Amino acid sequence: MSVTADDVRRIARLARLAEPEDRIDTLVGELNGILKWIEQLDEVDVEGVQAMTTPVAFPLPMRKDEITDGGIRDKVLANAPKSDEGFFVVPKSVE
Amino acid sequence: MSDLLKLSLDEVSAKLKGKEVSATELAQAAFAACQAAQPALNAFTAFDEEKTMAMAKAADARLARGEGGLLEGVPLAIKDLFAVEGVDTSASSNILKGFKPTYESTVTSKLWDAGAVFVAKTSMDEFAMGSSNETSNTGPVVNPWKAKDSNESLTPGGSSGGSAAAVAADLCFGATGTDTGGSIRQPASFTGTVGVKGTYGRTSRWGVVAFASSLDHPGPFAKTVKDSALLLQAMSGHDPKDSTSLPNDVPDFAAAVGQSVKGLKIGVPKEYRVDGMPAEIDEVWQKGIDWLKAAGCEIVDISLPHTKYALPAYYIVAPAEASSNLARYDGMRYGNRVEGKDLNDTYEKTRAAGFGHEVQRRIMIGTYVLSAGYYDAYYLRAQKVRTRILQDFDQAFEKVDAILTPAAPSAAFGLGTKSDDPIAMYLNDVFTVTANLAGVPAMSVPAGLDKSGLPLGLQVITRALDEETMFKVGAAIEDSAGFGFKAEKWW
Repeated sequence: MSVTADDVRRIARLARLAEPEDRIDTLVGELNGILKWIEQLDEVDVEGVQAMTTPVAFPLPMRKDEITDGGIRDKVLANAPKSDEGFFVVPKSVE
Repeated sequence: MSDLLKLSLDEVSAKLKGKEVSATELAQAAFAACQAAQPALNAFTAFDEEKTMAMAKAADARLARGEGGLLEGVPLAIKDLFAVEGVDTSASSNILKGFKPTYESTVTSKLWDAGAVFVAKTSMDEFAMGSSNETSNTGPVVNPWKAKDSNESLTPGGSSGGSAAAVAADLCFGATGTDTGGSIRQPASFTGTVGVKGTYGRTSRWGVVAFASSLDHPGPFAKTVKDSALLLQAMSGHDPKDSTSLPNDVPDFAAAVGQSVKGLKIGVPKEYRVDGMPAEIDEVWQKGIDWLKAAGCEIVDISLPHTKYALPAYYIVAPAEASSNLARYDGMRYGNRVEGKDLNDTYEKTRAAGFGHEVQRRIMIGTYVLSAGYYDAYYLRAQKVRTRILQDFDQAFEKVDAILTPAAPSAAFGLGTKSDDPIAMYLNDVFTVTANLAGVPAMSVPAGLDKSGLPLGLQVITRALDEETMFKVGAAIEDSAGFGFKAEKWW
């Protein structure tokens, strides 16, 4: 499989990356190079093979459903690019 | 004082406990050495002298009371991927530039609980994506090693290049790294240091900036195998904040160092003899085989038939997980924001300005392989190939106790010589990536120098949860190699 310039523009939009037009051709070349190299996986017989999820089998641990954290508003906001009166300030998202 | 920095962690610990040197003196020496080396090696991204000296003072107080943990008073450098409270933690990326965590990663908490002293944050490939430390937003780290009769600046490897360089140059007694495809073991091989990743889940990922969660392994860099065992021991243990953290008890890893390897079966996989590999890599591998044979091991030829598919599978799984993990950098709650005309425009501009080219490339690949219609063909198939790779190891470990391979397909290369070809760069991890996909413990031990005087490492891989055999075999190689070489000081 290979990607076209339009595919790259679509992927960039999905990934929320503003790729300038003059980068598109480069990206098409690089992505196709990598995708072609990855194609060798088609040689592997994976019939009936389970997809791997974890190297060491142990049950996912359960914990009590209780509040263990909180009351740290200022810490949460400490690295915000913009905040005001205890709130994150973000661009308008609903017209 | 600078002679003290040449000691191993184990040796300096004895001096600290014997009150021959104070943690404060040691921290001052390490801090000064890091600062002095910074213009030449560019290994560090942040310092906090006040924090360093306060931690050293507290260590001295504990030592004076006859207390003190496993690493009491020992200065360590920390890869910029680990959250250290109040200290810039940016994953060497512009998108996180200036981010100061209000919390501490579990691994660094454990190190501080064991008495270690923070000395500096180390540079890395941006978001740990790279094998040469050239994608760092603060520029490449320079390897303390240079080839004989050459002044060319070499890469320390990556992504944990700053940590590797700091340990190799005797600027501290150990450092943290993270290994997603080889990012501890390849730089260890390039810098003549010991680099370890334990079993997946041995060390907590909590508070470590995420790259590919099912492959990320925090681990140590050290000067000796015993030091690396002490560091991994201190870093390991169950963490309720990481759901993939292993609940198992942590064995006394350091106790395995020096134990006899007699009778151990060592597997030598034929698939690790790759085309175009320099003869010297083959030679050092053969030496390793001979050393272990002489130490009483039985050498067994084995096959890991799916080895060649490990890297391509990795370059689906890792970017897929990265594209998902890095979606959080949207310029809203933390990190930097570039204002656009609306919300989406702000996201797109923020991320385009904040991420470097390699990171953007991987996000694009990851987004593509996870997108509708491609998920089964790429991601699901890669996870099945991953099962095949794990099965290769399972079958091999029915016959052998450990596997011996080269750690990297070359010695350190010149900065800028591979940065234009992504796949050539990716091939650096050809020997290391299998252990990430399978989650099994693996380490790189310095084994010799090539003709131009550059270090080469050997890799030891063992069964999941059997780090002790890995340390045993690693120590036997260290003993036989009698490596003892250091980069000649030019910085």
